[in-house]
Amino acid sequence: MYTFSNRLKIASFILMAVGFIGIAIGFISAPSTIEESKAIVASSHDTHGDSHAVVDAAHAEHGEADAHGHDNGHDSAHDEHVLHQLQNKPWAALYVAAFFFMMIALGVLAFYAIQRAAQAGWSPLLFRVMEGITSYLVPGGIIVFVILLLSVLHFNHLFVWMDADVVAHDHLLQGKKGYLNPTFFLIRAAIFLAGWILYREYSRKLSIKQDESNDDSNFKLNFRISAAFLVFYLISESIMSWDWIMSVDPHWFSTLFGWYVFASMFVSGITVIAMVTIYLKSKGYLEDVNDSHIHDLAKFMFGISVFWTYLWFSQFMLIWYSNIPEEVTYYVTRIQDFRLPFFGMIVMNFLFPVLLLMNSDYKRVNWFVVMAGVVILAGHYLDIFNMIMPSTVGDQWFIGIPEIGSILFFAGLFIFWVFRALANAPLQPKRNPFIGESKHFHY
Amino acid sequence: MASHYEAPIRKALVVGDKGYHDVTVDIAAPVEGRANKHWWIVFSIALVAFLWGLGCIIYTVSTGIGTWGLNKSVNWAWDITNFVWWVGIGHAGTLISAVLLLFRQKWRMAINRSAEAMTIFSVVQAGLFPIIHMGRPWLAYWVLPIPNQFGSLWVNFNSPLLWDVFAISTYLSVSLVFWWTGLLPDFAMLRDRAILPFQKKIYGLLSFGWSGRAKDWQRFEEVSLVLAGLATPLVLSVHTIVSFDFATSVIPGWHTTIFPPYFVAGAIFSGFAMVNTLLIIMRKVCHLEAYITVQHIELMNIVIMLTGSIVGCAYITELFMAWYSGVEYEQYAFLNRATGPYWWAYWSMMTCNVFSPQFMWFKKLRTSIMFSFFISIVVNIGMWFERFVIIVTSLHRDYLPSSWTMFSPTFVDIGIFIGTIGFFFVLFLLYARTFPVIAQAEVKSILKSSGEKYKKLRDAGLPTYEITKPLVGNNAIVSNVEEQVNEVIEPNEKDVSDLLGVLGSFNVDTDTADDLKKVKGIGPKMEVTLNQIGIYTFAQVGKMTEKEYDLLDSITGSFPGRAQRDDWAGQANKLNSNK
Repeated sequence: MYTFSNRLKIASFILMAVGFIGIAIGFISAPSTIEESKAIVASSHDTHGDSHAVVDAAHAEHGEADAHGHDNGHDSAHDEHVLHQLQNKPWAALYVAAFFFMMIALGVLAFYAIQRAAQAGWSPLLFRVMEGITSYLVPGGIIVFVILLLSVLHFNHLFVWMDADVVAHDHLLQGKKGYLNPTFFLIRAAIFLAGWILYREYSRKLSIKQDESNDDSNFKLNFRISAAFLVFYLISESIMSWDWIMSVDPHWFSTLFGWYVFASMFVSGITVIAMVTIYLKSKGYLEDVNDSHIHDLAKFMFGISVFWTYLWFSQFMLIWYSNIPEEVTYYVTRIQDFRLPFFGMIVMNFLFPVLLLMNSDYKRVNWFVVMAGVVILAGHYLDIFNMIMPSTVGDQWFIGIPEIGSILFFAGLFIFWVFRALANAPLQPKRNPFIGESKHFHY
Repeated sequence: MASHYEAPIRKALVVGDKGYHDVTVDIAAPVEGRANKHWWIVFSIALVAFLWGLGCIIYTVSTGIGTWGLNKSVNWAWDITNFVWWVGIGHAGTLISAVLLLFRQKWRMAINRSAEAMTIFSVVQAGLFPIIHMGRPWLAYWVLPIPNQFGSLWVNFNSPLLWDVFAISTYLSVSLVFWWTGLLPDFAMLRDRAILPFQKKIYGLLSFGWSGRAKDWQRFEEVSLVLAGLATPLVLSVHTIVSFDFATSVIPGWHTTIFPPYFVAGAIFSGFAMVNTLLIIMRKVCHLEAYITVQHIELMNIVIMLTGSIVGCAYITELFMAWYSGVEYEQYAFLNRATGPYWWAYWSMMTCNVFSPQFMWFKKLRTSIMFSFFISIVVNIGMWFERFVIIVTSLHRDYLPSSWTMFSPTFVDIGIFIGTIGFFFVLFLLYARTFPVIAQAEVKSILKSSGEKYKKLRDAGLPTYEITKPLVGNNAIVSNVEEQVNEVIEPNEKDVSDLLGVLGSFNVDTDTADDLKKVKGIGPKMEVTLNQIGIYTFAQVGKMTEKEYDLLDSITGSFPGRAQRDDWAGQANKLNSNK
């Protein structure tokens, strides 16, 4: 039985506290008038360099969606636009971090369901670790839902299509009204979250029950519901990614988007499983978990990183090659305004894992896996950052206090919740029929 | 490699009482035996179809592409549909051998050989179509980036069609090497068993002088792993690049970012369906039911269900995004697919690919061999329609309504397609007669952990090895000896009554005697001996177990262990049920 050490608990509280302060600073320092926003832009001119040249381009793209201040001439329209972007900034920072940590839990849940449905023999020793991580889906999912609800209630402008004014002036958005409307949006979000959380809680209950049971009925039922969940997940994950991410750019569309987001969450989730496992092992728990288990997780980190790159490339290449204005604008903005995070992300998510984890001996060196894992996680945070920021804060992006504060806050909450859940049940499942295979596992 | 322990709830992958030698004998049997009538009938049909297709190809090349049903709107139809269909089928082999190898799926070992063979043969069919479509196939080398002196064209590296040339030729080469590497120890097995010097020579050449030393095996394992690592991205790349042929364009219905992974999922889907079609027949014809079990078919059905659902998800995504995009052309392309003049093709595709695999959620259906075979055919048809729908419906109504047309294939189009099916089966049937159709070396590597015989021994707490008495030469010698045995035996009365007590007695008035000579290992002499004891029917022989065999040996006093080796009881039961 694992006990949540006080040191880790205090560390998680400190992270949350520091993060909270960062988030608060972000909200307090956001401008409330155009004058303030002008001052902020002026003071940050040195760091932003030539960003002003592209503001007009970004503005032109947004023109249709952003109907504010059309009468007041171009300059004031531009100023107001920048004000909105700066007001969005703390919200977007909060949303990206909240989504990122929720996505880790969801990615682990998918991995867990796949292990169960595939009747994998190597992984049952890691089931409790995975169940611990998925416990974060409850608070994490609810926080994301609250942020979405606040968007619907116009506390922020993350989703332009929620603004009735904007829709009234936008022919394309009117066409999408049947789908992109606040009520339906929230209903969908509620259904998806309820489905994921329901599966997570039920599967966990069966998993614990199996420990004390004297037949395999709980195990078999768990197998069945995991297969059923994967069907629900296949559909809900795609729609979730259109709703919660793609619709921040309501004009843009890509059929691959859902699967691309899936690859991101899958690899982040597996990375976190590996990191938590290595941490617990370093504290003397999970005695039966051996090098081969870490090796397998690292292989998945490697393989899914390549898979992510494959999907990233497919989406990018097809849109770049066809060069259709409605679609290519997505990448034009990112390459112009987000050059560093956009290309940096590819280096971190593809080049690093491929080079670090190619050698099979390295996949068994714990600190090496952790190091690669840190790069992968940072890279996928940037991936989500690149999805949300360009259409919410435009060229006003910066990874400063609100962004880092949000990451720290959610990291603290994540650690607290996950390790608290880990301390709730024995770390090794007792009566899983495949536990013997998992113990004997060596590669 | 992985540990030999296996959870008790896992079902055996080799069923029946199969030891190492049985695997060798069973898998060598189709190669060493003679072809039966059915084989010749099917082969002749395939050959006729192939020759008919060859005729159509010659006609096309000598006359021109005008013999096809293409027109100025639908300038790509039947040929590319067939091309993509065959390439897609060619995906399962390498997926089974490479990806499932990396995932340590032991069940792949019974099916990988034939799946890889299928891959290679279907890629050959696929490769034909672009070459024929060139019009002047003797200039086919122009698609290769070779210096201008060899041709007047320098290839266009911007074109996905060129990437296709590279992707498919790489895939074919790697698959071939992978396949052949796995074949080496099996060819060596056939070589060592061969009696005729000619066969020994041929299989010796094919096995590259495999010696079976530890060093050979070590290199073999290493090469397999490296090739698996190489082949896995290749599986993804081939159909990805095929999808680029369409997705890089700006044609509504073709330009969509989901194409690469969706084509790959569809290819695996169709590939597994074709593997199921072929193996369900082959396991029956070649008596390989012990190796390609119902569990194997069930697992393949699950893969079909999974990939079918992924494909279904992609269809719905495309449909939704067409509406969501707000692009009129995109919206019309999909409306036209579902409700336009080709609605029947669209709904056939939907029914075959999305709805029909969902039956596999029911255990009863996915373990039914007849139903699996039926669904595999349905999926093969559905996947052909998928490509037809994507290609023809996006082209037949272009931006200018005055040029809207329909596509109708000519007899040449159809003939070439049927010809490739014939060619494919010609190759596959020849393969089934000359190659070891199951990777016996690999099956043996899992026999101890996953064979039913050894599982039972382990459960009973018995050792998994056995000490066998030295065999009396080969079969030929045995039958010679048999002839020399004195037929007069004096059975021990008590043993006989014990034996008949178990097997049941034969009543001359009510029962009819069976021709026991049909059982392999029972000659005319042995039949007489058995009749003397009182054994006349298959039913009686079928009841024999180890105890009765021993009893029989002690009564007849000749060829101890013979009956057990030849499994008289099993044979007799089969004969009895076919009576």
